[in-house]
Amino acid sequence: MRPIPLALALSSILLMSAQAAESSTDPQIDALAERIRALEANAQELQKQAAEALAAAQAAQAELLQMKTAERDQAVATVSAEPANTTSANAFNPAIALVLKGLYVNHSRNPADYQRAGFPQVGEGGPSADGLQLGESEISLASNIDDKFYGQLTLALESEGGETHTGIEEAYIETTALPNGLTARAGRFFSNIGYLNNHHTHTDYFSDRPLAYQAFLGNQYGDDGVQLRWVAPTDTYLELGGEAFRGENAPASGAAHDGVGAQSFFVHAGGDVGLENSWLAGASVLHADALDGEDGFSGRSNLFVFDLTWKWARNGAFKDSGIVLRSEAFVDDRKGVVIDPLDPDAIAQAWDGKRRGAYIEGLYRFSRSWDIGYRYDKLWAASSGPYASVHDPQRHSVAATWHNSEFSLMRLQFARDQPQPYFSDNVLTLQYQMNLGAHGAHKF
Amino acid sequence: MRKMLVWMIILAVAISAPVEAKLRIFACESEWGSLLTELAGDAVNVDVATTALQDVHIVEARPSLIAKMRKADLLVCSGAQLEIGWLPQLLRQAGNPRVSSGPGNFMAASQVTTLEKAASVDRSAGDVHPDGNPHVHLDPYRVLAIAKALSARLGELDAPNAATYRQRLGNFEPRWQAAIKRWEAKAAPLKGKAVVVHHSSWVYLLQWLGMHEIGSLEPKPGVPPTSSHLSSLIAVTSSGGAIAILSAAYQDSKPGLWLAERTGVPALILPFSVGGDAQASDLFGLYDSTIDKLLEALK
Repeated sequence: MRPIPLALALSSILLMSAQAAESSTDPQIDALAERIRALEANAQELQKQAAEALAAAQAAQAELLQMKTAERDQAVATVSAEPANTTSANAFNPAIALVLKGLYVNHSRNPADYQRAGFPQVGEGGPSADGLQLGESEISLASNIDDKFYGQLTLALESEGGETHTGIEEAYIETTALPNGLTARAGRFFSNIGYLNNHHTHTDYFSDRPLAYQAFLGNQYGDDGVQLRWVAPTDTYLELGGEAFRGENAPASGAAHDGVGAQSFFVHAGGDVGLENSWLAGASVLHADALDGEDGFSGRSNLFVFDLTWKWARNGAFKDSGIVLRSEAFVDDRKGVVIDPLDPDAIAQAWDGKRRGAYIEGLYRFSRSWDIGYRYDKLWAASSGPYASVHDPQRHSVAATWHNSEFSLMRLQFARDQPQPYFSDNVLTLQYQMNLGAHGAHKF
Repeated sequence: MRKMLVWMIILAVAISAPVEAKLRIFACESEWGSLLTELAGDAVNVDVATTALQDVHIVEARPSLIAKMRKADLLVCSGAQLEIGWLPQLLRQAGNPRVSSGPGNFMAASQVTTLEKAASVDRSAGDVHPDGNPHVHLDPYRVLAIAKALSARLGELDAPNAATYRQRLGNFEPRWQAAIKRWEAKAAPLKGKAVVVHHSSWVYLLQWLGMHEIGSLEPKPGVPPTSSHLSSLIAVTSSGGAIAILSAAYQDSKPGLWLAERTGVPALILPFSVGGDAQASDLFGLYDSTIDKLLEALK
């Protein structure tokens, strides 16, 4: 047993001496090792924490996404129960639209000398005055009245010789709930005959109406009356209708037959040819009885109007570019007597015959802002009778229109009008036209 | 004359006796036409009034559209006054009370919340819509909400086929949800990116994708681009870091190209509506094409 403790003692001495040799660095290593261990532990802890945090973050993100989607679904889908926004007293006011027009016109001949051979002036069918002037200002109020009626009032304000005239241009009610394509209208309105007649002048491509409208309808035929129209349930648009009027305005006059002095009947048909072409055609007749008309006529008159409109546009996008061709032809068939309105003592002359008129116009729109148009007008006078004339009035017009937006336009128009032989009126017109407020949709 | 009128009425009643059992739908825009195909398939007849190459703000109230409106049982439009320039005219001329109001009148924008609802409207700000921006079809979440409402409406109007409509919605919804996930993942790189737009027709798309608009080719909504306004956009486009100049297929591409030439920022023509390009043959394709084209601009 003795050698073992000795060996132990020896070895321990040896060991100790060996340790003693390195004893100067020993505590530092220990400390470092300790620190490394601690750091390792720390790192592990951190890694664990990070993983946990990441998982938590991912969970939160998922939850958030879910919440967001739910919220979005909710936010996006309004229920009809959403409270009506700020109901004010004027919420039910009719839509108000104003049209402001102004003109500068330069006639080469004095408008006072203007006379149309074979076609005495009726209504507002004469030339515009010379110089700077305010055009017709329109105020229009329109609204659905209830679930069955729609109503519209259009007032026209005009200044003539320093006096302001207010006229009721249109004031009518219309049904909105008759079944099967039927619509009835009552009040004062523009007749649905022809094409331009039921369009307000602010939708025209020129600053004035065609000669045929001026000569046969006093610019535009509107009167007090009733209208019934029906749209057929066909693939091709087909509208039939009839009207009865008081018969106060040209070509009627004097409200004959106890105030039912004029009737009309019209058919309009239309459709598309491919994607880029659309057409609208119509045939109408206006039957009117006149008592001492503005042109001296008393008797019955039948005015037949045939209209055709063709529009082409690339991709059917007409507001960007396109072409419109339109023509209307008028046949005025009258039987009665004529007394010269300027000479009350004149002898009545019998008059039974026809006069004709037509125009053709083309519009080229080359951008949303610009279009140019050309129109040719012609009237064919009667060869015998009180309105006999050897000259057939005609007119050429060209117009360039700049549209800043849907609501404003400026137009420069030049016309060469030959109402009589040896009388040519060159007319330069500069026009602005602005639509303010609620701007109703236009007809085709 | 009176006899003619009487005959007219007799003819009217005779011809307009019920003829078709299928629901006839007048869709103002092609995206709603496509949605109706998803939701109703062959169970209905759909007339789509406009194409992606037409500006739906200013479509003409054509006679053919009056004829279609006359026969419709249901009207599906964007609403929020987008179609105010022609739809009221069609309704007034068609004399069809089934669609002028009530359940036969479905306006997509009324089914969801709209953005850019102006507190006050003034035309000096351009052609603004007081009911908010109507171009809701470019937010897929809104489209889904509209689809649900439309499906319910179809079932209400055509009870015998209600089960079909429900089943088709059940088929559409998961496909659409999955597509949204796919689009969102794909479009992630677009987040935070800026664009210049032609017209304010992209607000819903940009909001959904987290993008933003730094300029518009139209000086005011609905007012055509002017050269002075375009010139003023050169600096904005370059310094704002725009990735693209966006136009819809129906819009004039010239102003966008003009600006692209001067800034080096690509002009992108996006389909905007179903049918706006070859890929956008339906609603899914519309979103696919739109996101693909936007991503291409990033390269």
